[in-house]
Amino acid sequence: MSDYQYINTWIEDSIGRMELNRPKVFNALNRAMVREIVHCLTTFDQSEEVKVIIMSGAGKAFAAGADINEMIEDTPISLEKLNQFEDWDKISFIKKPILAAVQGFALGGGLELVLFADIVFATENTKIGFPEVNLGVMPSAGGTVKLTKTLGYRRALEWLWTGEQMDVRQAYQCGLINRIIPSELLIEETMNFAKKLSKQPPLSLRLIKDTVGRAQDLSVHESMLVERKNFYLLFGSEDQKEGMRAFMEKRPPAAFRGS
Amino acid sequence: MYETINYEIKEQVGWIILNRPDKLNAFTSQMNQEMIKALKTFQRDADVRAIVITGEGKAFCSGEDLSGLRADADHRHMIITRYKPMMETLAKTEKPTIAAINGAAAGAGFSLALGCDFRIVSEKASFIQAFINIGLIPDSGSLYYLPRIVGMAKALELTILGEKIKAHEAKDYGLVTKVVSPDNLNVETQEFAERLANLPTKAIGLIKRYMQQSFETSLEQMLDLEAYGQKTAGLTEDYKEGVQAFFDKRKPEYKGY
Repeated sequence: MSDYQYINTWIEDSIGRMELNRPKVFNALNRAMVREIVHCLTTFDQSEEVKVIIMSGAGKAFAAGADINEMIEDTPISLEKLNQFEDWDKISFIKKPILAAVQGFALGGGLELVLFADIVFATENTKIGFPEVNLGVMPSAGGTVKLTKTLGYRRALEWLWTGEQMDVRQAYQCGLINRIIPSELLIEETMNFAKKLSKQPPLSLRLIKDTVGRAQDLSVHESMLVERKNFYLLFGSEDQKEGMRAFMEKRPPAAFRGS
Repeated sequence: MYETINYEIKEQVGWIILNRPDKLNAFTSQMNQEMIKALKTFQRDADVRAIVITGEGKAFCSGEDLSGLRADADHRHMIITRYKPMMETLAKTEKPTIAAINGAAAGAGFSLALGCDFRIVSEKASFIQAFINIGLIPDSGSLYYLPRIVGMAKALELTILGEKIKAHEAKDYGLVTKVVSPDNLNVETQEFAERLANLPTKAIGLIKRYMQQSFETSLEQMLDLEAYGQKTAGLTEDYKEGVQAFFDKRKPEYKGY
């Protein structure tokens, strides 16, 4: 996997690591980079070896926005034909847990990538925001929508309209991030959490992610039907048999296998 | 490069000397900016392990330069653009900070002294929350720091009555680390700062980082934060040196990281 130009990728302890690697431009996302990210994430999703995925950024920032150069001459027609956001859509179909380890800045497209993560850890010095409005545009890879789902109508509008940066404590209070981590320990603590998840029954994690995702979009009744079917489905797994047997026999379960 | 402050490094101690003595070191916009720049430079400079702020001439700092203030000034804008960034930079400085208070600390000058970790005070120094005396309220962190340092009752007295207090009185209220004679202020401050500069600097930074959150944090949260901080401290060279020196029965030599 060394043929990527803009990202570093590797696997350690069953964790697939994807590190944005354009530190000189604070990991600004360009289109080729997004294709690499999506390719890497889908490869990890298919890999038997990878249980959990971590996205992080090399250098001082997670990712400070998108490459403006690339789009300054675009027209509505060129963008329609390019259909670049189909790449982003594919991230929504990743079934394995995606963790984001965020430091410095996550702005614009960088924040949108963060919002594709299932769990977000960020350092105390992190600032996030959607500055697109200051360039006469708006977020385009789901940022507007996901921010609204998380923050609600009025707080989302405030951040999207002003383009101001939110500090990590506000982001934490708004439910945009899971934990504030000292910068010295960001990767280590994210890895620790990933390792903990990697020991959990993989099929449960997948179907929980599927159900929680749908609970955000569907009605309560419809998503409860999804929950029910996913629950039934898990009774076809070895891990359910072993998990419940071990509980009854008051012993720890053997390592879950994802089957 | 600096016009309103002086700046020097002596034995790992970075000195910032407010330098508008003819104006009692009153703040101007430029001075706020230069303070920020100097604090950030010292924070980055590995050769600096303690930071002193003091004033040239008679006063420590008399707060905002009222002569530069227009009658229709937007006070909120002024505080948000000038004083807030300065006080936030000071609070985020992980190296220990010491105010060496040579004379009057008034208004935002008092706030600046409160934002430092330690206050070494000349017998000639005085403190005054002068804001109320012109119909304003304390800013630049005074309403945050003062009740935390002296307690609510005394903080209300100082800010509402706006009376000047002298060095020894300030010491009685817990505002002051040490009162020294005016002639010895610089020497004693340098000695105290060098003592701090030889301590495990990273650990000091972590203590500051988490103690700043103490009043807004539950015990449970603080026990978690301490665990993070302890893990970070436990990864430093200074921790290894501290343990080794303990077993070797010698004085540790800390490097600051």
